[in-house]
Amino acid sequence: MCGHCGCSQTVAPRLVELHTGLLSRNQQQAERNRAHFQAHGLLVVNLLSAPGSGKTAVLERLAGLWRQPPIGVIVGDLATDNDARRLQAAGARAQQIRTGDLCHLDADLVDEAFAQLDHHNLNLLVIENVGNLVCPAAFDLGEQLRLAVLSVTEGEDKPLKYPALFRSADAVLINKLDVADAVGFQRSAALNHLQAIAPQARLFELSARTGQGFDALIAWLEEQHPLAAQHGQRR
Amino acid sequence: MHELALMVEVCHLAAAAAAAEGAQTIHRLHLRIGAQAGVDANALRAAFAVVSSDPTWSSTLLQLDVVPTRCFCSNCAHAFHPDDVIHACPDCGALSSPLLAGRELELVALEVS
Repeated sequence: MCGHCGCSQTVAPRLVELHTGLLSRNQQQAERNRAHFQAHGLLVVNLLSAPGSGKTAVLERLAGLWRQPPIGVIVGDLATDNDARRLQAAGARAQQIRTGDLCHLDADLVDEAFAQLDHHNLNLLVIENVGNLVCPAAFDLGEQLRLAVLSVTEGEDKPLKYPALFRSADAVLINKLDVADAVGFQRSAALNHLQAIAPQARLFELSARTGQGFDALIAWLEEQHPLAAQHGQRR
Repeated sequence: MHELALMVEVCHLAAAAAAAEGAQTIHRLHLRIGAQAGVDANALRAAFAVVSSDPTWSSTLLQLDVVPTRCFCSNCAHAFHPDDVIHACPDCGALSSPLLAGRELELVALEVS
């Protein structure tokens, strides 16, 4: 039946070629976010891991050690604002995104949270993603760097199980080194797996609890800062 | 796990494109999903079953093509289909070969009237 007037004439279906990316709207917002962050002179990091790898603990430690405090944090959590309160107590400016049932952050959510965050005089903004090694990998948030956290309690083969996320990482932080011996962490196996899956990623072995390894991470983040070249010229 | 959100986005894009065409009915949705795109084809089909309980989509057929992973080894200057997650070149064993295909998440076309 013809859909326009209800007459009995049959209208042949026609093909409409689109070739539209399913994430194209997110990608456009991510590019706007990136331009916005650059205009504010911010280094923006997307921090990803499984639940319980210690993302928030890493940021608490980083908030205390960053040479030009405070750091800004946008933190995604399904239901609570515990993480934002922990980060504020550690000296960060933190804005919670309660994601409800969403399994990942997207560029729109980050844009809204950034507008609510007091980002005056920040130079480092970390987006703490929802704890999940699958979905967040697909969503560009407008970050400059992607950091994946792998804790020694998770099993050395995690990079092989979730290759997409580790393959997209600029750096991998191996966390909870302080308990590595107690849990029988096989360091060489973990490093081999990371080398196989994510040879592009810088590797930092650290402990958020003791602060071990953070000097190297901070030095690298400072090198990656969009204003680092200018700072170097001034010196 | 975000397949339902993706399918809602597909329907949003398709409805907008159909409206722009002045079409009343969407007969077919054609999607291409890369094997490395981080989505599961069966979960997408299940998500479409949920979305298509809305009468707007009840007569729409979902065509889902899965694009296999294809890498390029710069040492050997040839393309290959990796048979594991490491994507090592089958000839020289080199790692970190760039992907030629497998990341697609694309609404290819609609059939409308």
